[in-house]
Amino acid sequence: MDKVEIYLPILIMVAVGALIATVLMGLSVLIGKRTRSKVKMQPYECGVDPVGDTKHPVPVKYYMVAILFIIFDIEVVFLYPWAVIYDSLGMFGFLEMLVFVAILITGYFYILGKGALKWD
Amino acid sequence: MNLSGANIDFTLLLPEISLAICGFAILLLGVTKRGKDFGFGLGLFGLIAALAFTVQQWGTLETGFFGMVTKDGFSSLYNIIFLLAGIISLLIAQTYLRAKKIDKPEYYALVLFSILGMMVMASSYDLIIIFIGLEIMSIPLYVLAGFHRFNPKSNEAGIKYFIIGAFASGFLLYGIALVYGAGATTDLRLIAANYHSMAQQAPLLLYAGVALILIGFGFKVGAVPFHMWAPDVYQGAPTPVTAFFSVGPKAAGFAALMRILDFGFDSMDEIQSVLWILAVLTMAVGNILALFQDNIKRMLAYSSIAHAGYILVALTVGGEGAVASGLYYLLGYTFFNLGAFAILTILDTRDGTDSRFSELTGMASRHPFLATLLAIFMFSLAGFPPTAGFFGKLYIFSGAVEGGFIWLAIIGVMTSFVSVYYYLRVVVACFFTKADHPFQQVAMNPYLALALIITAVGALGLGLFPSSWIDLSRQAFASFL
Repeated sequence: MDKVEIYLPILIMVAVGALIATVLMGLSVLIGKRTRSKVKMQPYECGVDPVGDTKHPVPVKYYMVAILFIIFDIEVVFLYPWAVIYDSLGMFGFLEMLVFVAILITGYFYILGKGALKWD
Repeated sequence: MNLSGANIDFTLLLPEISLAICGFAILLLGVTKRGKDFGFGLGLFGLIAALAFTVQQWGTLETGFFGMVTKDGFSSLYNIIFLLAGIISLLIAQTYLRAKKIDKPEYYALVLFSILGMMVMASSYDLIIIFIGLEIMSIPLYVLAGFHRFNPKSNEAGIKYFIIGAFASGFLLYGIALVYGAGATTDLRLIAANYHSMAQQAPLLLYAGVALILIGFGFKVGAVPFHMWAPDVYQGAPTPVTAFFSVGPKAAGFAALMRILDFGFDSMDEIQSVLWILAVLTMAVGNILALFQDNIKRMLAYSSIAHAGYILVALTVGGEGAVASGLYYLLGYTFFNLGAFAILTILDTRDGTDSRFSELTGMASRHPFLATLLAIFMFSLAGFPPTAGFFGKLYIFSGAVEGGFIWLAIIGVMTSFVSVYYYLRVVVACFFTKADHPFQQVAMNPYLALALIITAVGALGLGLFPSSWIDLSRQAFASFL
């Protein structure tokens, strides 16, 4: 518990960040000019007129692809540190990574076989 | 990186590897046209292979993979419990899944992966590995709870279990992080060795960490006040899944708790009073709420909460004798609870059933054999001699008295008297209630019969020869002291 000081820079960082945000927002509230029109009070929607209900059903396919993407994304996250210390791990590390990739490929063939990637 | 001291020995992991390979094979075969029917056989094969490897490992004490994997008598006994629970729940599953038209190969793969996670949990002294095992166990269970996709109750069970489970994992992981902050290690052996210096340097981190770990596992084993999810999930999940839920994850949670509390934090005396309160609450709330249930699955959910309370008594007392009796109880519970659920599953394969008490009327005259078995399991759950349930409770409560926890033993015995009422209600409904409509016939097959034989032999065998089994549990526990 005696090494709390090393976190001091982080604390300063947080404080400065909070300060800048408050000051900038405060200044714009204090000295900014305000015009209220109907268009300005609309929720921001990438320049498109907001139409209809926000609770619009989204096809479940999107979630499927997103989840599958995350799985293979994580695979790469594990591959990076492995690649960095590849030399010192040697043959053993290579084989272990093959096992890891083989497990993921099994999953890939499974989702291919199930037709999870078919869009229609 | 130097791998010479790591002791990378894959024979240690043979049970886990056989489960993983069979699980993947089921998945890959499951997407082909002809391979869909191999799920059940391959699943059973994987479990039996893993059981054979585990039995072969019995008595060894070996550590490998940088000290991350430990195979000792303790892990072997627990792994046998998990695998038995898996085999029995698989045997009863197929008939049910076919009847409900949800017989998909994924079911068997998920059960295998979940058991793999439990085995990882029981085979390590490292908190991180225990956590990884917990996640491998839990994620397939979330899917299994919602396996009856077109049944809204099953969906509710899946979502509820997922949310609560993820929440509990968060608690647990935060606790592990705080313990790491206190001692700069996640290895329970190092924590046990350096406990006093850790408690001196960073008491707050340590206590908060252990409390959070306790909460995390409290959710998993269904201890009061972390039990709210259990009745809904047990009722909503498909019945063979409920059978598996009531034994597998609970035993895995206790495996981890025993290693963490009775080994890692053995020197933390304050934990005893916390466990005391948890045990009393769990026994009381579980048994009393079970009195008011109309649904047998829900009743058994509360009863499984109460049984977790009895095992918590053993944990509270601590030490070799008490924990060994807890292990014995868990082994017996595996048999008689799964037996009760097996019969419930058989009844549930009929159409339009909802496992209500009233559905049992007239069972004794139509299926005298099944009804007698159900009565045996209920007597065992209630703790009548000469069943495993009786000796388990006897050992646990006499251990509590010997350890000086007289009030705990008194409360335990009293709540277990309360439980007799609702277990006998099942027997009364089967045997002594006049049926106003004929009992709908159920179909038997060799798998169901085999599951019933295994569970009945286990429930009675453990009760008839208690001393040899308690010696076995003692042996298992002694390995990690």
